[in-house]
Amino acid sequence: MSPSDARPTVVRYTAGERTTHWLIALAFVLAALSGLVLFHPALFWLSVFFGGGPWTRILHPFIGLFMLIVFLSFAATVWDDNRMQPADWQWLRRWRDVVNNREEQLPEVGRYNAGQKLLFLVIVACLAGLLLSGLVIWRAYFSSYFAIGLIRFASLLHAVCAFVLICAILVHIYAAVWVKGSIHAMLGGTVTPGWAWKHHRAWFRQITHAAHPRTGPD
Amino acid sequence: MALQSLDIVRRSATTTPEPGVRQPAVGPVAKLIDTTKCIGCKACQVACMEWNDLRDEIGTNVGVYDNPPDLTDASWTVMRFAEYENPKGDLEWLIRKDGCMHCADPGCLKACPAPGAIVQYSNGIVDFHEENCIGCGYCIAGCPFDIPRISKRDKKAYKCTLCSDRVAVGLEPACIKACPTGALVFGTKEDMQQHAAERVADLKSRGFEQAGLYDPPGVGGTHVMYVLHHADQPQLYAGLAPDPHISALVGLWKGASKPWALALMGLTALAGFFHFVRIGRNRIEDRDEAAAQQALEAARRSAPPGSGGTREKRP
Repeated sequence: MSPSDARPTVVRYTAGERTTHWLIALAFVLAALSGLVLFHPALFWLSVFFGGGPWTRILHPFIGLFMLIVFLSFAATVWDDNRMQPADWQWLRRWRDVVNNREEQLPEVGRYNAGQKLLFLVIVACLAGLLLSGLVIWRAYFSSYFAIGLIRFASLLHAVCAFVLICAILVHIYAAVWVKGSIHAMLGGTVTPGWAWKHHRAWFRQITHAAHPRTGPD
Repeated sequence: MALQSLDIVRRSATTTPEPGVRQPAVGPVAKLIDTTKCIGCKACQVACMEWNDLRDEIGTNVGVYDNPPDLTDASWTVMRFAEYENPKGDLEWLIRKDGCMHCADPGCLKACPAPGAIVQYSNGIVDFHEENCIGCGYCIAGCPFDIPRISKRDKKAYKCTLCSDRVAVGLEPACIKACPTGALVFGTKEDMQQHAAERVADLKSRGFEQAGLYDPPGVGGTHVMYVLHHADQPQLYAGLAPDPHISALVGLWKGASKPWALALMGLTALAGFFHFVRIGRNRIEDRDEAAAQQALEAARRSAPPGSGGTREKRP
């Protein structure tokens, strides 16, 4: 936003955060689609996007590893903001107000709300499960080091983690559409003060205060 | 390899029935391996190499008669030699020709994600069509007998075909042709069961009380069967599975969970869509912006001149 523009903006995501987010998103879509190829016969046709069945099998684990590595750098920057606080449990108990857009009845939210924090935890848990099980079932390099029982368990675990992660990301994508301004925030980096005030008031107060160190909280 | 002369009854990663009107008039086929007649000459291994144009890499002697020491992508059958000291204190040399058992309920086919990479013919033979194989190795996880091997050269899975190309034109498998003692016989499964029953009766009359036919029901029976002197202890024969079945983990992974998981993913997406339709987007109203402006103004007023800005940085 140009300085001459009358409306102020609040920086929500830095260029670095946006870059890593969209790299993860891109890798996730590719990993999910190539994984679904191997998951259900009805989706085997998706292998055309990866150059056929064998290329899907070759590429999938590397895409997954790439996603994981980029996610680690992203997770390091948002880890502290995603720790559950007592107010978060209250927020979750009022999930009916959340889904019905009655935000005024919810406790004030910091940089991330409890739903976003839960999503983060689910992603971390699923990616850990996918990494460990994925290495065990990576036939080209690692499977020969593991017992057959472990390979079978890892195959199942990999599918379960992927299923949970895909559902979680579907919720994440819809939430971004639902809360207007979120997609703009992740694309352009900024939100309006009203957005921060309405959805993340505690964070709004925090940054307002930080920008004016001599001001007390409102 | 794909054959027009054998009808396919089951095909990997395929959810609709195969053309099934034609039925083999004589019923399914089977290979019977009579371990009590086997002398461990490995003629069957050589015949397999010869017919299938397989030349495995020359390995090293590992101190036992097993040669090569394990099945490989280019060794589809291997004689496994086991030394068993029976309760009387006598040594028994138990020799078992290992290879694909051609299960009626094949775990490899259940686990395979590539359409048409594994097929089951109406005569019972389970065959890999390597041109459709993607090299994932799921067949290895699915197999209760540890049979399929992925080639290091082409990353395709290989195993015994039961000489489906020979059987399709009325010939018996190459290994059967080469066996000098009659330990290997081939025919309809019914005939092989009858032949085995005669062999078992003979063995029992010679003092092998526990002699029997190995045709494990856990995998729906097999189209390669063993006559064993100790049918009560198949594990004596170099670890032959006493009660093989498709692992419950594989069943869960490749069974009902797959359509359910797909349905739940679809429902998750639909739930979002209908939330959008019924409740709608969470928008910022003018009063939210006004309230935020008020808060910003308050902050700016109490800050020294020049230190404030319209662009806020997060800490």
